[in-house]
Amino acid sequence: MILRIALQERLVYRGDFALGTLMRFLPIVTQVFLWYAIFETLGNTSIAGYKYEEFVAYYLLTMVARAFSSMPGLSSQIAGQIRSGEIKKFLIQPIDPLGFMLLSRIAHKLAYYSVAAGPFALVFFLCRGYFPGWPDATTWAAFLTSLVLCFLLGYFLEACLGLIGFWLLEVSSLLFVYMLFSFFLSGHMFPIDMLNDAEPWATIVNTLPLQYLAYFPSAVLLGKIQGWELVRGLTLEALWVVFFILLSRLLWLRGTRRYSAYGG
Amino acid sequence: MSSAGSKSTATFRRPSYLGVFLTFARNSLVRDMTFRGNFLIECVTSVTWMAMNLGFYLIIFKYTRQIAGWDQYEFFAFLSTTMIVNSLVQSFFMPNCEEVSELIRTGGLDFALLKPIDTQFLISLRKIEWAGLSNFAAGVILLSVSLWQMAARSDTPLILSPQSLVLYGVYVLCGVAIMYSVMISLAATSIWLGQNRSLYDFWFYITNFSRYPMEIYEGPWGRPLRMIFTFVLPILLVVNVPARIIAWPFGDDAQQSTLTWYLAAVTLLATTLSLLASRWLFTRALRGYRSASS
Repeated sequence: MILRIALQERLVYRGDFALGTLMRFLPIVTQVFLWYAIFETLGNTSIAGYKYEEFVAYYLLTMVARAFSSMPGLSSQIAGQIRSGEIKKFLIQPIDPLGFMLLSRIAHKLAYYSVAAGPFALVFFLCRGYFPGWPDATTWAAFLTSLVLCFLLGYFLEACLGLIGFWLLEVSSLLFVYMLFSFFLSGHMFPIDMLNDAEPWATIVNTLPLQYLAYFPSAVLLGKIQGWELVRGLTLEALWVVFFILLSRLLWLRGTRRYSAYGG
Repeated sequence: MSSAGSKSTATFRRPSYLGVFLTFARNSLVRDMTFRGNFLIECVTSVTWMAMNLGFYLIIFKYTRQIAGWDQYEFFAFLSTTMIVNSLVQSFFMPNCEEVSELIRTGGLDFALLKPIDTQFLISLRKIEWAGLSNFAAGVILLSVSLWQMAARSDTPLILSPQSLVLYGVYVLCGVAIMYSVMISLAATSIWLGQNRSLYDFWFYITNFSRYPMEIYEGPWGRPLRMIFTFVLPILLVVNVPARIIAWPFGDDAQQSTLTWYLAAVTLLATTLSLLASRWLFTRALRGYRSASS
């Protein structure tokens, strides 16, 4: 039911939507030109283990990862519902709010992919020369697993941010700060292993869960992370997901108790 | 009859545009200062954003000596020019142009039309986001540091002439004018179409191209892009021309100097044309405006 509504909502504007998805690749175009210029002056070498082609492939793959992990408006939606009191409806209905919103997000995402698959396929087909070749089954499986995990991670992380709204009246500036950091530290702007010999930044990005939102899946498909590193990465990612699931539960329980204490 | 007419024209004074602008500026400042915490957070976040961008390029310059012919500090001078131009546009015009569709939806544009002052002026400058100017300050600081470093370097130290500083200022203003024209044109199309939800997105995607040296647009795809964004939609001139003037002074490299002169001339023409075109588009759009209530 939820799925059908979300699908219909999306499909009404599919033309506009497909165009919008294509437009999203525009910033990458300038990035690609920038890297091309850098590699022109450097000659035929690699930077931090990435060749020019791999940079292009990396940026394209982060788009895929972001398509899974980004939850536009989730935190502000939750915080807004807390502020307006709309959140009450979950207190009297016998459904789990986080589960309900998760389902509707899944539905939204599925609807999104069904339309965005076209533009994405087109761009990837046009850029197929930049990829190192078809990855083997293990890499492929690890990539898909990391994508599913990064969707869950993105959802529960942003849900936690939204639930902070129980304590702070206005979370928009907090969200902006989060967005800012996630843009750089998730690897959306550049492959974060470029930072590897720049302490303390390397430790920071490797400790934070943000890297799993964009960098990790892309690096996995490019075959940058293999063997035990891969197992370790996936396990850590799964642990982060569990952590944020628990945290969101805790925040919800504490928050609702505090909320009703106000008599809201 | 005729005396009454002349009398009414005498009482209908031309509004003092400067005075109105200063009032707007003061009102916005008072508003910003009312929510001081919020103002500070906005300043800090926008500067942080630029600092992170700078960090990104610092990483790149660990691996390479130059980007498309721009040395590290020359590139930072370029980057600071981007910051200066963008912060000016974002502080003065962005909050207003974003609101145009809201004005149409609520019918607030009717009131703007009734005021005895130029509508475009009123709509474009009503609100000023003072927090955006923190990036202006950051840009000026970064520019000074870069220029200092360039003047101190051992091979071909930069000798800054007062003329180039003046020219820099002029061309920064030209850049702001071009960006403003693009923005008000986008806002004007929203009067036509009745909505501009994606105005900001579109703006971001377009200006994204202007933030890099034009030399990076090379090859079979880059060349046409460079031509389009120089001559059709002149956003590449916005940052490139002032940055070239300040970072690559005239006379150092004959070929680059001629190119800069040539680009500078194109910029003057482009600024005039884009201001005129956007003005024309705006008035055309207003003529097609039907109030929300009708």
